[in-house]
Amino acid sequence: MAGSNMVEDRVEPRAGRAGRGSTGPGSGGDRAVTVTSHVVLGIWSLVVVLPLLWVFLSAFKSNREIISGSPLALPSSWSFDNFVLAWVDEKLGQAMLNTVIVVGCALVLVMLLGAMCAYVLARFEFFGRRAIYYLMLAGLTFPVFLAIVPLFFVLQTMGVLNTLHGLILTYVAFALPFTVFFLYAFFQGLPGEISEAAAIDGAGKWRTFFQVMLPMATSGMASVAIFNFLGLWNQYLLPVALNTKRNNWVLSQAVASFVSGAGYQSQYGLLFAGVVITIVPVLVGYVLFQRQLQGSVSQGTMK
Amino acid sequence: MTTPVTGAGAPALRRGGRARRKARWTFDSISFFLVFLGLPLALFLLLVIWPFVQAVFYSFTNWGGFSQDFDIIGLANYQRLVNDATFKTALGNNIKLAIVVPLVVIVIAMIFATLVTVGGRGIGQTIGVKNSGFYRVVSFFPYVIPAVVSGVIFSKVFDPSNGLLNGLLPEGLRQNWLGQVSTALPSSMFVIIWGAVGFYMLLFIAAIKAIPAETFEAARLDGAGRMRTMWSITIPSIRENIQTAWIYLGIAALDAFVYMHVLNNSGGPDNSTLVMPQYLFRLAFSQNQFGYASAVGVAMAVVTLVFAGLVFTINRLTGGTTRSS
Repeated sequence: MAGSNMVEDRVEPRAGRAGRGSTGPGSGGDRAVTVTSHVVLGIWSLVVVLPLLWVFLSAFKSNREIISGSPLALPSSWSFDNFVLAWVDEKLGQAMLNTVIVVGCALVLVMLLGAMCAYVLARFEFFGRRAIYYLMLAGLTFPVFLAIVPLFFVLQTMGVLNTLHGLILTYVAFALPFTVFFLYAFFQGLPGEISEAAAIDGAGKWRTFFQVMLPMATSGMASVAIFNFLGLWNQYLLPVALNTKRNNWVLSQAVASFVSGAGYQSQYGLLFAGVVITIVPVLVGYVLFQRQLQGSVSQGTMK
Repeated sequence: MTTPVTGAGAPALRRGGRARRKARWTFDSISFFLVFLGLPLALFLLLVIWPFVQAVFYSFTNWGGFSQDFDIIGLANYQRLVNDATFKTALGNNIKLAIVVPLVVIVIAMIFATLVTVGGRGIGQTIGVKNSGFYRVVSFFPYVIPAVVSGVIFSKVFDPSNGLLNGLLPEGLRQNWLGQVSTALPSSMFVIIWGAVGFYMLLFIAAIKAIPAETFEAARLDGAGRMRTMWSITIPSIRENIQTAWIYLGIAALDAFVYMHVLNNSGGPDNSTLVMPQYLFRLAFSQNQFGYASAVGVAMAVVTLVFAGLVFTINRLTGGTTRSS
């Protein structure tokens, strides 16, 4: 029980006390509430940061130091051996390159195709429009797992099983429903007069979309792109089932293999270095773009 | 179309433009619909819908996966499913996850979101506690860490001999967290909760900020304390967001494959952390029972839909459509 209750036990009673404290309107009660708030939030921050700090510090340590030393002590020397080993010998560099290629291509494609599809569904009346919309909804709610076995054979038939472009196409297809849904609402919200004006000025449907409507949807596109990026970067199930060739592995597969692979029990430092290499780029990106990201979350909830 | 419109030509062209819009089958509109709708739809049908349809079909067969021949065996897979003790264990674990994880995540996220937005002062202007920006950024960290990496990190944090948790705990409290039935599932739940709180906290913060400040101020003038404000103002106002959060979290918990696969590859001690997708994966890719695995997949889809339906129904029964303002 201890695992999950640890959080609850720490949070609940203090929150209760916070409530009671506020019934007294005096500033003394107010201060007590403020202090407990900071304690609660501070403890959670520690719960978040400590494991990450531990991983970071351990990545610089030798195996002997990890096993015998105190867990949160600074490494005796800042050695990059583990990182070099993980990057070169464990082919994390290759996996990183694969991930950047796959996620980059899939992201561009899904944003383009998703925007096009959402635009047509949102701005045109035609037979089957509703059917397509509900089909997308079904694609969004069904568990990916149900599709994974037949998908394996569809890709095999197409000859793209265990290839990066096969994985890219799959990523695009599975990220499409979410993208279309989000952008559908967005394109519906854009004023109709503008596309009419463009058409009156002689712009065809293609031009209206690329030069008038798409630029107006930039903020919505940015939000969806951030979510899609995180979703695709974190994707594990699809590559694990459909992309089994070692040289084509993406980061999530490579890191997971550190745990399940035999012989790594004794190679803690290597594993931690692998984890650091995997999370640092995204974490840095997050700290840099956290304002935009928070904006995206609030937009996502306003649907 | 791209030539600049000048002088007397303008009205004619404009009329032409309008006519083009009415005449449906020009090259512009045919190519437009083919590419804009046809391309994404073709990809989606081929790689998402078609496999789903096939999966449903295979669930009625005894297909093994490697040979091309199989028999249609009707509902036999589903009969087997009903009597399959391992499947029931996995389903039970998923249900425990779908109840505990959303509940804990939403309660924690809600309290934190309240603290950093309106928990700052009991009287006067509504503000969050000091340094709320810092807490917000830190709490969100786990969301940008891939689920599989969170799993890897915590598989080591919970390691009985060299893990962080046992290293920090005094001798008497040390456990083999993932290796014994009593702690394996709760420990795994903790990892999922750890990964999810930040995102939902941010979601609730955004929702709370959309509530007009006057509402909070009026409640305070009427003498409502913090708990009362949260219970009578905040929660009813962001009810829709809580419902959305519950559905997303529940669907995630009904899957949970990534976490469970990394934390306890084999399904844990006595299958105590085995979840349905893990069982499906095992059946399909190590035991070559694709037909039966598909039946497990269909069962998963049904459970997910039932869950979403339940959340909607409960929300409606408890008066979700009437918002108090």
